[in-house]
Amino acid sequence: MAKTIAQINEKIKKGEVVVVTAEEMIKIVKNDGVATAAKKVDVVTTATFGPMCSSGAYLNLDHTKPKIKLGGGRTTLNGVEAYAGFAAVDICIGATALSEEDPKNKVFPGEFKYGGGHVIEDLIKGKDLKLEATTHGTDCYPAKKLNTLININDVNEAILFNPRNLYQNYNVAVNLSGRTVYTYMGTLMPNLGNANYCSAGQLSPLLNDPFYKTIGIGTRILLGGGIGYVAWWGTQHNPGVKRTKGGTPLSPAGTAAVIGDLKQMDSKWIKGVSFQGYGTSLAVGIGVPIPVLNEEIAKFTAVSDSEIFTNIVDYSKAYPQGISDSLGRVSYEQLKSGKIKVSGKEVLTAGISSYPKAVEIATELKEKIAKGDFLLSQAVASFPGPDSGYKFKSLKVRGIKRGE
Amino acid sequence: MYSKKIVLHFPSGLVNKPIIYRLTKDFDLEFNILRAVVNPEEEGLMVLELKGDEEEYKKAIKYLKDSAVKVQTLSQDVIRDEKKCVHCGLCVGVCPTEAFEVDQISREIIFHQEKCIACGACVGACPYKAMTTKF
Repeated sequence: MAKTIAQINEKIKKGEVVVVTAEEMIKIVKNDGVATAAKKVDVVTTATFGPMCSSGAYLNLDHTKPKIKLGGGRTTLNGVEAYAGFAAVDICIGATALSEEDPKNKVFPGEFKYGGGHVIEDLIKGKDLKLEATTHGTDCYPAKKLNTLININDVNEAILFNPRNLYQNYNVAVNLSGRTVYTYMGTLMPNLGNANYCSAGQLSPLLNDPFYKTIGIGTRILLGGGIGYVAWWGTQHNPGVKRTKGGTPLSPAGTAAVIGDLKQMDSKWIKGVSFQGYGTSLAVGIGVPIPVLNEEIAKFTAVSDSEIFTNIVDYSKAYPQGISDSLGRVSYEQLKSGKIKVSGKEVLTAGISSYPKAVEIATELKEKIAKGDFLLSQAVASFPGPDSGYKFKSLKVRGIKRGE
Repeated sequence: MYSKKIVLHFPSGLVNKPIIYRLTKDFDLEFNILRAVVNPEEEGLMVLELKGDEEEYKKAIKYLKDSAVKVQTLSQDVIRDEKKCVHCGLCVGVCPTEAFEVDQISREIIFHQEKCIACGACVGACPYKAMTTKF
């Protein structure tokens, strides 16, 4: 018999809910079968922890006396550029933002010691940050300069927003060239020296809900340890890719945009990162509950690493040149074994997203639900699905004529 | 056979002496240079693996110390900050000696310090700055 989210929430409130992690669900379905598992289990928790470059913190500062309009001016936090093109005291700091003084890749590979991701982590830790701003004065906002220390308690709202997160599957990155390449997929050693992958596989939220049956706009999630929500489908959402018979996409597919209150977050789950030769980013931990409404959903949440496949992509040439070329397909079970074969060569594999952290988050969300501290929400609208025709496009570069 | 990896710091001015030659000639030790930064008139650094008789090895270390070379055992030199490590695995593939291993059950990254040659590849590759070298 099918269940509703309202019925599951009643069970959560009464302390009667049966909640398991996606890892545990695999065994339950294997032992008891889909029908029994669907009856027995109410909620499956999924999670992921990895770098999400498309992350930004939006801050609303208190007004100063006299007032200042940061909008249109230049603002930095600990020397790192913050975007100020909004109202008087709204700013946004992005994960990959850097200071003007950062040597970047002038001495290759650059170290990128401190950037926007680190500013966001320091903010969550409650550290004082140096805010420096210059702008044009106006009649209503006469001040032109502001230098002050601020911390998370000094600001009105502090919001984390990720326009693209929870990637449903991702490439395996390798390097076919003769020199080391430094990428957002980590350091790739020459001549197929290593292979890096970036997905929690069987624990990853959208791989447990391949057709976006329950995860949609309005889904309540655990973002950086605090309450967050799915705000929209993510940028570059690409649901129409090829899938296995079970529905699992064979290449990067769906994404979700997520939002949450930075003031509730814990630096255990949000960390600034530095990718050698590439830049800074923000590692974000997310937990997503999936209500087991029927047998079909129970089956989806039991997906295991051996049933999830992805493509091996060369990051020395194919990826940077935008050439779509796969060097082969491997399962996450093979990737997690520590070695895969690429063009006949045995290659060491490594994760970029942390599986132990994902297990920790899925377990924490499970405990919160079991204790009655986290209720599920019904999505108010669905993501575009595989048959929607919604597609990720490449930019066609058009020449700009003089005078245009 | 006794075998140990050590880090040698040569004070400037000493780099002109054939110190490593004496290790073989006088103490019959086999050496494998894992890393070396030695310039005239500057402080030098060398990471070595020494093999041979344990007694002779001890005498060789005394000889090095008497010659004003600072000697450290290698295991103290590359450190993982357990608070910073998130067990992602980006260190695994860049390590030339496979000193990192993924535990097949917990999926945590095990650091085998005894395999480490202190090349520093993991230090640069770790996005969380969890690996540091101390020479």
